[in-house]
Amino acid sequence: MNFKTMSLISAVALALPTLGMADADDDTLVINEEIKIVTKAPAPAHLDGALDEVISGWHFRADGTQAMEMDDFDNPGMLAVETGEELWNTVEGSEDKSCASCHGDSASMAGVKAVYPKWNDAAEEVYTIQMQVNDCRENRMGAEPWKTDKGGSIPMEALLASVSRGMPVNVAIDGPAQATWEHGKELYYTRTGQLDLSCASCHEDNYGNMIRADHLSQGQINGFPTYRLKNAKLNGAHSRFKGCIRDTRAETYSPGSPEFVALELYVASRGNGLSVEGPSVRN
Amino acid sequence: MRITTLALVATLSAGSAYAEMVAPADVKFTEDGAVEMSLTGVAGNAEEGKAIMVSKKLGNCVACHAASAYSEAAFPGNVGPSLDGVADRWNQAELRGILTNSKLTYEGTVMPAYYKVDGFTRPGNAYTGKAADDSFGPLLSAQQVEDVVAFLMTMKDG
Repeated sequence: MNFKTMSLISAVALALPTLGMADADDDTLVINEEIKIVTKAPAPAHLDGALDEVISGWHFRADGTQAMEMDDFDNPGMLAVETGEELWNTVEGSEDKSCASCHGDSASMAGVKAVYPKWNDAAEEVYTIQMQVNDCRENRMGAEPWKTDKGGSIPMEALLASVSRGMPVNVAIDGPAQATWEHGKELYYTRTGQLDLSCASCHEDNYGNMIRADHLSQGQINGFPTYRLKNAKLNGAHSRFKGCIRDTRAETYSPGSPEFVALELYVASRGNGLSVEGPSVRN
Repeated sequence: MRITTLALVATLSAGSAYAEMVAPADVKFTEDGAVEMSLTGVAGNAEEGKAIMVSKKLGNCVACHAASAYSEAAFPGNVGPSLDGVADRWNQAELRGILTNSKLTYEGTVMPAYYKVDGFTRPGNAYTGKAADDSFGPLLSAQQVEDVVAFLMTMKDG
């Protein structure tokens, strides 16, 4: 009796400070009063038993941060999209070509970001969209590749994300990509570092809860690249992975490493059904 | 002569304090994950324990746990349960065990082990992202664990 009463009291005490903010909110995201973003969707089949619903990180942010993403003029990430557009049209390399020389208008790339990372037959490995851009730069343009999450990589990825906004993430996890996907899944559930935490420890088991003032999201990457108020720049998914793993007091992997390519594929697949949302705005 | 005796006594007591310090690898747990023996043989200081619990650089317990006993610390997290009445729910040995290595009490818990140095995957050098080096040690010292235990023991409902 005593024990039950105490449990009840502590449950109430626990719920009170965060009442109304513990879960993802019910707002809806429409960008520029035009692009409807699916920010909640039934979880893809491969998450059976883990999650029922997948939720964009947008729902876990404060109203003011959310609003910044609803109008391109308020979204600082859109400046990088402009840079990306310039790069798209810039002739570089030994072949005197720009991206536009082969692909035409950047808007013609609508839907491409939604299916990356993706198996590349010629290279016989899974490519992130940054790797695919570099493949074009080296082999079609005769230009130098960009480093992962550096140089032109982020502005170009932001451009490619922006023209796919509103389209459902739909990365393939079977066929030749399956082994990489399995590797990514294993990394997702592996506890690392002195704090002994996996991605799942926070983003599957505790999303909606607070670590101090930080509201834990599902760690979805449909909104990448992501403009973070914290560092006032656009961030790539691999850089964010590195930051998370560092915060478990672990030795991290490097952006562009096979581990992070695999993890990107796996984490992207957890968001299958959500809309491409990048460049998004977060804390 | 007197001075020599005094010095001898001082040396002996310092020696015995060292002897009672338990290294992370030598901690003895009960079947249920409790640690009966003090890690240092020196009583914990509850006030120090409080400072450790709310310090981001030390225990940072407040990141996940709320507690009335440190209510002045803003925005406590809620990943773990409130610590109010924690000393009614656990005895001193159990609290020491949970702090030392919580996984021996709660299998699969996300709570870090505060006095453990081996068995980690890709341990790093603090928050640098680089690999651990020779300076790798437990998250808290043995005495800091005892201090936190002492503070937790003050958290009683009735």
